[in-house]
Amino acid sequence: MARMINLRIWRGDSTDGALQDVQVEANEGEVVLDVIHRVQATQIGDLAVRWNCKAGKCGSCSMEINGKPRLACMTQVAAYGAEETITVTPLRAFPVIKDLVTDVSFNYRKAMEIPAYAHPTDLAPGEARMEQIDVERSQEFRKCIECFLCQDTCHVIRDHEEKKKSFAGPRFFIRIAELDMHPLDTLRNRKKTAQEEHGLGMCNITKCCTEVCPEHIRITDNAIIPMKERVVDIKYDPVRWLGAKIRKREGIL
Amino acid sequence: MIENGGLVMSGVFSPTRARIKERTLRTDKWWLQPAITFGVLFSFVIYATFRAFENKYYFSEPLISPFYSPCLSAACEPGTALSLFGQPFNNKYFGIGISPALFILIFPLGFRMTCYYYRKAYYRAFWMSPPACAVAEPHTKYTGETRAPLILQNSHRWFFYAGLVFNVILTWDTILAFRNGDKEWGHMSVGTLVFLFSTSMLWMYSLSCHTCRHTLGGRLKHFSKHPLRYKAWTIVSVLNHKHPTFAWISLFGVASADIYVRAVASGAIPNLYFF
Amino acid sequence: MSELERHTYDVLVIGAGGAGLRAAVEAREAGLRVAIICKSLFGKAHTVMAEGGAAASMGNVNEKDNWMVHFRDTMRGGKFLNHYRMAELHAKEAPDRIWELEMWGALFDRTKEGKISQRNFGGHEYPRLAHVGDRTGLELIRTMQQKIVQLQQKDGAQYVSMESNIKVFAELTITDILKENGKISGAYGYWRETGAEVLFEAPTVIIATGGVGKTFKITSNSWEGTGDGHALALKAGANLVDMEFLQFHPTGMVWPPSVRGILVTESVRGEGGVLTNTLGERFMFKYIPDVFKNIYADNEAEADRWYVDQDNNRRPPELLPRDEVARAINSEVKAGRGSEHGGVFLDVSKRLSAEVIKKRLPSMWHQFYELAGVDITKEPMEVGPTCHYVMGGVEVDPDTAAAVGVPGLFAAGEVAGGMHGSNRLGGNSLTDLLVFGRRAGMGAAQYFKSNSKNPVSDVAIEKAREKIQAPFDRAGGENSYALHAELQEVTHNLVGIIRTKNEIEDAIVKIADIRKRSANVSVSGGRKFNPGFHLAFDLDNMLLVAESTAKSAVLREESRGGHTRDDFPGMNSMWRQINHISSFDGTEVSVREQALPVLPKELFDLFDVHELEKYMTPEEIVKGGTN
Repeated sequence: MARMINLRIWRGDSTDGALQDVQVEANEGEVVLDVIHRVQATQIGDLAVRWNCKAGKCGSCSMEINGKPRLACMTQVAAYGAEETITVTPLRAFPVIKDLVTDVSFNYRKAMEIPAYAHPTDLAPGEARMEQIDVERSQEFRKCIECFLCQDTCHVIRDHEEKKKSFAGPRFFIRIAELDMHPLDTLRNRKKTAQEEHGLGMCNITKCCTEVCPEHIRITDNAIIPMKERVVDIKYDPVRWLGAKIRKREGIL
Repeated sequence: MIENGGLVMSGVFSPTRARIKERTLRTDKWWLQPAITFGVLFSFVIYATFRAFENKYYFSEPLISPFYSPCLSAACEPGTALSLFGQPFNNKYFGIGISPALFILIFPLGFRMTCYYYRKAYYRAFWMSPPACAVAEPHTKYTGETRAPLILQNSHRWFFYAGLVFNVILTWDTILAFRNGDKEWGHMSVGTLVFLFSTSMLWMYSLSCHTCRHTLGGRLKHFSKHPLRYKAWTIVSVLNHKHPTFAWISLFGVASADIYVRAVASGAIPNLYFF
Repeated sequence: MSELERHTYDVLVIGAGGAGLRAAVEAREAGLRVAIICKSLFGKAHTVMAEGGAAASMGNVNEKDNWMVHFRDTMRGGKFLNHYRMAELHAKEAPDRIWELEMWGALFDRTKEGKISQRNFGGHEYPRLAHVGDRTGLELIRTMQQKIVQLQQKDGAQYVSMESNIKVFAELTITDILKENGKISGAYGYWRETGAEVLFEAPTVIIATGGVGKTFKITSNSWEGTGDGHALALKAGANLVDMEFLQFHPTGMVWPPSVRGILVTESVRGEGGVLTNTLGERFMFKYIPDVFKNIYADNEAEADRWYVDQDNNRRPPELLPRDEVARAINSEVKAGRGSEHGGVFLDVSKRLSAEVIKKRLPSMWHQFYELAGVDITKEPMEVGPTCHYVMGGVEVDPDTAAAVGVPGLFAAGEVAGGMHGSNRLGGNSLTDLLVFGRRAGMGAAQYFKSNSKNPVSDVAIEKAREKIQAPFDRAGGENSYALHAELQEVTHNLVGIIRTKNEIEDAIVKIADIRKRSANVSVSGGRKFNPGFHLAFDLDNMLLVAESTAKSAVLREESRGGHTRDDFPGMNSMWRQINHISSFDGTEVSVREQALPVLPKELFDLFDVHELEKYMTPEEIVKGGTN
């Protein structure tokens, strides 16, 4: 059954913009991205929106719906009341380009700053052996679809523009955790650089990243806090520090 | 930061961001959760402070309030020495009149203050950093946990270890609660139940802690080389999901144990024995 | 007009999916300066949608597996219309490509011995698909994305900037591939963000743009699958081979309408999912073709036993190649035994526990729960065919991935033709990307040695520039969204899963008409991130692809793999010897026949001759391959 809904879309660019009200038809089972597409095809031909797979797998259609960072393709129209106006805006932590599209290049710059995986030099192709239980922790983080909703909601990035330089953000803390927990990675200073270069200490674990993650990755509990504990091991725990000096223990710098 | 007619243009109001004047467009009751957290935590702090300074009504054979255990000072009420250690500290070191609870509470409070869950709760509710997800925070400066005093949050594991010691002591106190007012074993009262609940929840809170998870197995790179620690890590990981729940229940548990002891010790109610 | 943005590179990779990234890595490691161009953000390519796994005969789960078995399966799946050399290279090199990913940090699921685990899939004789839950494509993309970062970090330590020798140009559309003196000289396009135009000068171009699904109404492809590479290659003078072969994946979602077409991975069947109609009948037993009778179970008891004992039982018919299953579902629905929303039921809840389903098929559970409100651990899914993959594509030299007829042009991945014959086996595309992506990178590096310069002329730039400006200069013309919807309707109804001569001929006329009107498309708004403007170019590409598909389909008077003719229902050995080659003269696509390369004797001998008799003419059998 089709019905008319009230949609309020932010339109504009980096110079100016405003919320614009539109009325659009919505069918049963449709998601917010569907109605945005209908607006595009029938009312505002040049309405800018980023999207790809429409199945929650690529992480392109990130936007804020009624103020919450969400994927438009995974947000059912039916989740909102019949009389409710659905407000859609671009991500508010990044520079806006046009309408619902923002410049997320910050995240790609950060990706380039995280040292890549370092494979053991003495392992030939096909020789690697890893137990399933040893790869599972990192596999959880590799589910990340890079929608950057966690980056958008993280108040360090969102509310403190000047911190963007020294803070990598939750997406890249899970990347660091993934590599530090990778059974074969040979780079040993990831904990130290996480704290000193990528701003792990800036995180005050308020968990918004975990709340918005569409892949339900437990970013805070499984990546950030374990990394913070690992940092304590090497930087703030004299006993562990001494222990590591005496016998070169696994997992410690 | 650019000042513009009194408006601070940083964060979501930075010049490059989409021009939206609202701090948040959330339509749900996002303020409810931090408000409740604030109310409950604040009440607890008021109550705990009052009790810490009250310095009486904390002991009624066989129950000793968790706020005052272990009562190691000679200033403690007579009879509280049934706790594990005796009372080796005399008044030379601890001025008469200062409540013993003040020395004791440092540890459990420190454990809770540095707890990864409570940090989230009070950063949001008390410091509004941020008040809720995607709601702009009022501060323009932010250094996270990189500088004093917040860098001290990294001491959580020491408080965790101390917390374990306290759990053992409170467990002993709970065992003693199976005695009656005449120190005879094999009795059980409402106080016993209150203590059992409070102490077991404290254990759950400690064991589900992130530091505990890290220490038992989280710090390993290869689980497969440490099957027992992996097993322990797996169990703690399950508990860890419920860490916030245990944090709240154990807070209520320990408060209710103290309230109960106070009520009994002050004579407001009798400690009702089942047998 | 402002100064034109110009870049000079050694090689230009168009497309940042699996094939494009693998090609870029190879070219950079060979010392070339590489530009990677993608229509969307880096890492969003359609490859991330691949769920099931990557087929490589590592033999980790069943040690009887080897490249020869994989080669046989691939040829069988493609109904022997594959370019044998591509299938051979693919089967031989796939394991190395998977192991290589592991060395770059990929984390595949493991066997008990700690090796890469492999799962069963339709058409593969042994468990062969390396996988990570059901998000294998994402793992591939992420691994290569991170490998590229690694190369950039290496360059950064050595040169001024991390991006000095390999750079990603995201959200940029290429509208023309440029040639000078009959050879590739570069490419022209525009930034989607700003609409500003860009010129790339490069003597080699690798096309890795993926598929054409958006030509059809119901498809598993994202908006990017508009056949850009197919069209760019045609316009640059290259050929497309066998464009009539499109794979309709048997299991796409059918409800709710907004997700219609979205894929339900074949692993659901690999893990024990069963197909039933509204009568509750497990109908696949009725649709086992003669050529497969000896490897597929004809009764439920045996099919069920196979999941525990694969050596002594035949496989369940749900695991037949995709074309067979898609046709079977189509027939059931047409016969009135379909579900309310025009699909059939796929049920995994009866065989596996909720816990196992969530562990092995996490994103499927997620997808159905969030998009359709269906809990697949308790209820069946409703599924039906969806346009998934194009087997046809740019005609290439198998060893170098060089496009036939255009020096300096290479193609790899879905955009290249030949590898999969008339039907692709599930799991073969991910390794296809890796094997031929790498070969394209190597081919480009080789070609570059003797062709390092070929400057673009001003005339070429001017022509390319006019084309981009044109839709803005036309006022009151056609709406690109409306024309696109019309095209999808035509292809879906007339050159869809089941075809007849009259309908295809009708389609050819209608496509030509839409194409004529599309020359008059106008767009509203400015150049800045304007989707209507973007679609105008995508539409042009899709029209060319649709024309090529329809014109090839009308000629092939048989049914084989991804081409089913109602008026010629059988497979015909004469047609097996023929490829259809599409070319473009600037106004229309023409299609001609070309002889399929003959299987060499050593590959011919890998098969049981009685099996080959089902596909080949008696003369071919007597000949026994070349030599």
